[in-house]
Amino acid sequence: MLKKKKWLQLSLLSVLAVILLAGCGGDKVSNNGKESGSKDKDKDVLTQVKDKDKIVFGVKNDTRLFGLKNPSTGEVEGFDIDIAKALAAEILGDEKKVEFKEVTSKTRMALLNNGDIDAIVATMTITDDRKKEVDFTDVYFDAGQSLLVKKGSDIKGIDSLKGKKVLAVKGSTSAINIREKAPDAQVLEFENYSEAFAALKSGQGDALTTDDSILYGMADEDPNYELVGGTFTDEPYGIAVKKGNENFVAELNKALKSLKDSGKYDEIHDKWIKH
Amino acid sequence: MLDFSILTENLDMYLVGFKNTIMSSLIALVASLILGVLVAIMRIAPLKPLNWLGTAYVEIIRNIPLLIITFFFFLGLKLSGIYAGTLALTIYTSSFIAEAIRAGILSVPKGQMEAARSSGLTYGQAMRLVILPQAVKIVIPPLGNQFINLVKNSSILAVVAGLDLMYHGDLISSRTFIVFDVYIFVAAFYLILTIPLSLGVGYLEKRLAKSN
Repeated sequence: MLKKKKWLQLSLLSVLAVILLAGCGGDKVSNNGKESGSKDKDKDVLTQVKDKDKIVFGVKNDTRLFGLKNPSTGEVEGFDIDIAKALAAEILGDEKKVEFKEVTSKTRMALLNNGDIDAIVATMTITDDRKKEVDFTDVYFDAGQSLLVKKGSDIKGIDSLKGKKVLAVKGSTSAINIREKAPDAQVLEFENYSEAFAALKSGQGDALTTDDSILYGMADEDPNYELVGGTFTDEPYGIAVKKGNENFVAELNKALKSLKDSGKYDEIHDKWIKH
Repeated sequence: MLDFSILTENLDMYLVGFKNTIMSSLIALVASLILGVLVAIMRIAPLKPLNWLGTAYVEIIRNIPLLIITFFFFLGLKLSGIYAGTLALTIYTSSFIAEAIRAGILSVPKGQMEAARSSGLTYGQAMRLVILPQAVKIVIPPLGNQFINLVKNSSILAVVAGLDLMYHGDLISSRTFIVFDVYIFVAAFYLILTIPLSLGVGYLEKRLAKSN
């Protein structure tokens, strides 16, 4: 009898723990919402940026040509990085007034909404779904999804993926697109591009899919791999900022436009993108 | 409050992941127990080369991050994610289990072995009939800890696309852009596995203590 009671207690306790945890979760989310809401009222992101005289950009650190950590300097380098610096030069008058935080496709939205970063410049495609969560600037780069395969592969394009293993990256639009465009392919998703490419190189999959701009970087790194089949989607990259910061978006758009007008944008583009 | 529509709308994904986590954990649990016992025997057997081999195994494996062992099987031996993860989990956990078992056996007073041997039992008989029954009671709680750790560590499969619970949690969160709630449900699924395990070990512990 006593034993039964104890069991009952224990199981009740565990159920309680789960509910408590769940309750915590809910509370925390709503708290966050409230906090950031009130913060928004008295200080929007643009004001915060001006106050600290620095923009914190979320960037990739594993994407060749866009944001790749240079092991000898410890600095991240790439197209996204130079664009971010140029934007800081336009908005705050000095390209050194930036701070880079390394993000992945998986973490960038959460970091932005938490206020850890002011804007995302990390090969991020503008989509309708994402527009519900964040605000985007004008397009700053046009990419399209493609396939990377080992040279000599029998995969010639999106139509020859039946029964093949396709590797993608968690949280990327390409992982969602490939399921629609090639429903007969098996899709495996990895944490970031370096892991996905390592998996492709070790034969864990038949093709790797993401934006052509990123794939070109991989093909540059290892000439045994090539792009096939051209692009099958449009991936316009935008800079994302936390929802409800129209003035910051406007400021970034103004800066982007003046970069394009002054030729600085073309200069950065030609420095990194050579195909 | 927690948004339960995330759970209901993505239930099939959660369940696929849950099933694979159970399978992988179960296989790793049985295999690591067998492997762990073998290594523990190697470590205490009255034969020096076996001792060294056992010690080397334990010291190398348990001092390497599980992630690296997993990558070794995944990228090095080119096993698929779910196999590489389960195998890494087995090997990693077996080194801890071996240590727990060895410690349990060694904690039986030396006099027990000496008494058993001097009453005419062979080393094997003394082990089986006198030492091990006493060691089991001591070993149960640390073994339980290892099994609970094993279930949680199985989330390593997510990193090598092992299709487990954590992997599917990642996918759901990246589709819905919801982080907190998605992983709360992932945690709840892990609790469904670990809490019975925890209670079961506690129960076993009590039963064995009573038989004293």
